[in-house]
Amino acid sequence: MVKLGFSIGDLQFKNPVIAASGTFGYGSEFDDFLDVSRLGGIVVKGTTLEPREGNPYPRMAETASGMLNAVGLQNKGIDYFEKNIYPRLSEYNTNVIVNINGSCIDDYVALAERINKLDDIPAIELNISCPNVKMGGMVFGINPVSAREVIKAVRRVCIKKLIVKLSPNVTSIVEFAHISEEEGADSISLINTLLGMSVDVRSMKPSLSTITGGLSGPAIKPVALRMVWQVANAVNIPVIGIGGIMNSDDAIEFILAGASAIQVGTASFIDPQASVKILEGIENYLIAKGFSDIRDITGFLNCSK
Amino acid sequence: MTKRIESLKVIDNKPLKKDFFIIELESSRKLPEMKPGQFVQARIDGSQETFLRRPLSIHDVDFVRNTFRLLVQVVGKGTESFSKLNKGDSLNLIYPLGNSFTLPTKGARTLLVGGGCGIAPLLYLGRYLKSQGIIPDILLGFRNRDRILEYNDYEAVGNVFLTTEDGSAGEKGFVTSHSLLGKASYDKVFCCGPEMMMKAIAGWCRKNNTDCEVSLENLMGCGIGVCLCCVVDTVKGHLCTCTDGPVFNIKELKW
Repeated sequence: MVKLGFSIGDLQFKNPVIAASGTFGYGSEFDDFLDVSRLGGIVVKGTTLEPREGNPYPRMAETASGMLNAVGLQNKGIDYFEKNIYPRLSEYNTNVIVNINGSCIDDYVALAERINKLDDIPAIELNISCPNVKMGGMVFGINPVSAREVIKAVRRVCIKKLIVKLSPNVTSIVEFAHISEEEGADSISLINTLLGMSVDVRSMKPSLSTITGGLSGPAIKPVALRMVWQVANAVNIPVIGIGGIMNSDDAIEFILAGASAIQVGTASFIDPQASVKILEGIENYLIAKGFSDIRDITGFLNCSK
Repeated sequence: MTKRIESLKVIDNKPLKKDFFIIELESSRKLPEMKPGQFVQARIDGSQETFLRRPLSIHDVDFVRNTFRLLVQVVGKGTESFSKLNKGDSLNLIYPLGNSFTLPTKGARTLLVGGGCGIAPLLYLGRYLKSQGIIPDILLGFRNRDRILEYNDYEAVGNVFLTTEDGSAGEKGFVTSHSLLGKASYDKVFCCGPEMMMKAIAGWCRKNNTDCEVSLENLMGCGIGVCLCCVVDTVKGHLCTCTDGPVFNIKELKW
């Protein structure tokens, strides 16, 4: 048996395949297709203090090798989550991580304090990179001063593992990775979606109600991989690679580039079983290559000529 | 109801008038329970431009032969690729998805209204109603004679009435102007077609105090309620067309 586990501090993950926030609901939507407990973790839908309706329809546009979305953090709020969703999440034998979002620092802090009380949630993913809300989200994540402030404020109260999810819509993502590490993040996940847009030439209108939206899918994979490689070489905390991972080879690219784990996002829309297929593919790759532990290939990228 | 991912065998792909075609699929397993109004998410392989699956209505189901049919219109590159499938090819589906039409009680006077490709889910609905002893009136609207789809199957399950916008077949005008709506009254109306048409029928039903359900076809990402892209604005807030719909009672919609 090959060892697939990794850890963030003392938090153990049985394998490096995690379902990405906003693409996996609360897990139960996938119960018909796979055993959610096989995954290393799931990051549930971005959660805010108050219920949110999100942006008007249309919120989605298909693009070459990917899609744009402008959902805008539609969710039922932390009260509903705690009361109606959290109790059934503990049935999964995997790490359930909550992605938290706010309009201001106080929102993020209040959410972190609420999650502190939920024993079955071992980590939060601090989303400072949602491109589809006017207040908060990416506004924090593309300014080094506000990014530092929000991470510092959340770290002060958060007793769970703190994963900071970074935006790619910056000049130097390494700068934000350093800030995250300096302010006490336990891990960094990257990348969130790239800001993009699409035009419907028939109606001569933007495809999305919000004009711009977040690009995901294989179209962004090379950008994500480059950023993961840069960040993994710059920090000493575990890096979780995200961006256009459709199959196990894609996942292994990120792991070779230095990611300790990966998240599967948009791929789950096209194939709800993508995450477990990726997990099986990684295992088969290690066996075929003669490795007994995934850590033996993490950051193993051979850049010599 | 359990959803599944499965590659099904194309046993027929029959072109109809204009851009329409009917794909018949056979499962190697026993078909799951499928209800009128449900849909499938069909995968398109080998193309970067058509990255996502396409939602398609279940047109008719034959549990004896273990097959079902999809009535599809070519509207873009995705549906065009389905039109080129040959007998023996396979088509990967996630199905059955969505809620279903609420079936009326025995003896309910029932009207089905369909326009263009929106007639697709009404055949299976009509067949189901007939099995429950309800013979519905079926009002079908098309742009013109050349666009009328074969409706023999519909005649087997109800009383078919036709309209065309130019009067080249049936009564002239939109479905809402058909003389049937002036004469008859109904307990329940089911409607699927262009949004303009469904809104007009919803208006008629409100005026006549008739219960009405419509089937929406919003753009979808996943089809299973996780991407939250296909939302419709309702009295309960944003709901997913894929899981809370595609069938909505007009009382729920902000039309």
